[in-house]
Amino acid sequence: MAPALKVFGPARSTNVARVLVCLEEVGAEYELVDIDFAAREQKSPDHLKRNPFGQIPAFQDGDLLLFESRAIGKYILRKYKTSDADLLREGDLAEAAMVDVWTEVEAHQYNPALSPVVYECVIYPAIHGTPTNQRVVDESLEKLRKGLEVHEARLWESASLAGDFASFADLNHFPYTFYFMATPHAPLFDEYPHVKAWWERLMARPAIKKLAARMALLN
Amino acid sequence: MAPIKVYGWVVSPWMARVLVCLEEAGVEYEVVPMSRSGGDHRRPEHLARNPFGEIPVLEDGDLTLYQSRAIARYIFRKYKPEFLGLGEGGSLEESAMVDVWLEVEAHQHEPAVKPVLLHCIINKFTGQDRDQGVVDESVGKLEKLFEVYEARLAGSKYLAGDRLSVADLSHFSSMRYFMATEYAGVVDAYPRVKAWWEALLARPSVKKVMAGMPPDFGFGSGNIP
Repeated sequence: MAPALKVFGPARSTNVARVLVCLEEVGAEYELVDIDFAAREQKSPDHLKRNPFGQIPAFQDGDLLLFESRAIGKYILRKYKTSDADLLREGDLAEAAMVDVWTEVEAHQYNPALSPVVYECVIYPAIHGTPTNQRVVDESLEKLRKGLEVHEARLWESASLAGDFASFADLNHFPYTFYFMATPHAPLFDEYPHVKAWWERLMARPAIKKLAARMALLN
Repeated sequence: MAPIKVYGWVVSPWMARVLVCLEEAGVEYEVVPMSRSGGDHRRPEHLARNPFGEIPVLEDGDLTLYQSRAIARYIFRKYKPEFLGLGEGGSLEESAMVDVWLEVEAHQHEPAVKPVLLHCIINKFTGQDRDQGVVDESVGKLEKLFEVYEARLAGSKYLAGDRLSVADLSHFSSMRYFMATEYAGVVDAYPRVKAWWEALLARPSVKKVMAGMPPDFGFGSGNIP
């Protein structure tokens, strides 16, 4: 029988990967359905029913249709939570708050600084064949350094971002950072030893190792 | 038990987002005013609370939180989980829809509104030029967004469902300033969006917080944040 859970979009897409990492962490069975961008399938009536903004990922659980990767991720982690896989910590006010804080930090501080480097060095050259805009890269790296200082200070205090437990906040850092590590700027993380060690622990998680193998680089 | 403290300047949309949630939750709190023009957010005592040097910051006993939507979630999780679609009467589906529309607010709505506020309100007072191309592009994005909201609100009273949630409330603070610009009329083409906005404005929590948010962020009266 086909799995009830469906994710729409390719595994190599960063925001699709954001959802897949949650599914892999809880060990839920799912079907990955590709979206044909060349045929503009993301703007087709069928896909717009799943995601009215015509974007990926979209997600289906029976009759429930969801979009926005972080919302999908939370639904999965909430529904399939076990004592071994409690990555939102919603049973504890203080822990849940720290998960939310560092999830927001990824969305509003870390990602805006890091993702332009990924776009300029990996994604745009692969999709558009454009040369890297070095000014954008340099400005982003400067912002990223400032952000990594904060992450470094935090990871002095605890093994993971929300506390001494891995959480949704850590998982959210995975997809774009994975591609950043394929750019010439990966050695930047060596300047932040606690961040580097935290990244290596993240990459050692079975769910992440499995997903990383699937995320074929764009070229 | 010490009341909750919120640090920042009340004209900030991010600060106001948190204040509306505190008002809706019916919680006692104290605003600790800070000065943006005085650089209070860059001082060591504030960096100790928020190493990113931003506001708002919420202190509740030993807990110090930042990022306005994380603070909003904490307030409702503690006092009124129904605003997150959680707790008694909540469900996996409802909480998922609340999360979806809060993400839409954060990643679609706010990025479309911010440039309009900057170019149409703030730049006037800081001596910067208004870039009409940026404004037009942002208003265009917002119109497309409101098309989606209009369709959504045909099926439910509020964005996440038939109950008011943090997703609706989160829109108030930046919309308040957008609706003070010459582009307010944009919502007239979306009657359900307009009605939804007016329902938000009618809430006592929103009225109370809005009283501290002059349409020019305080620049005109010399009360620069």
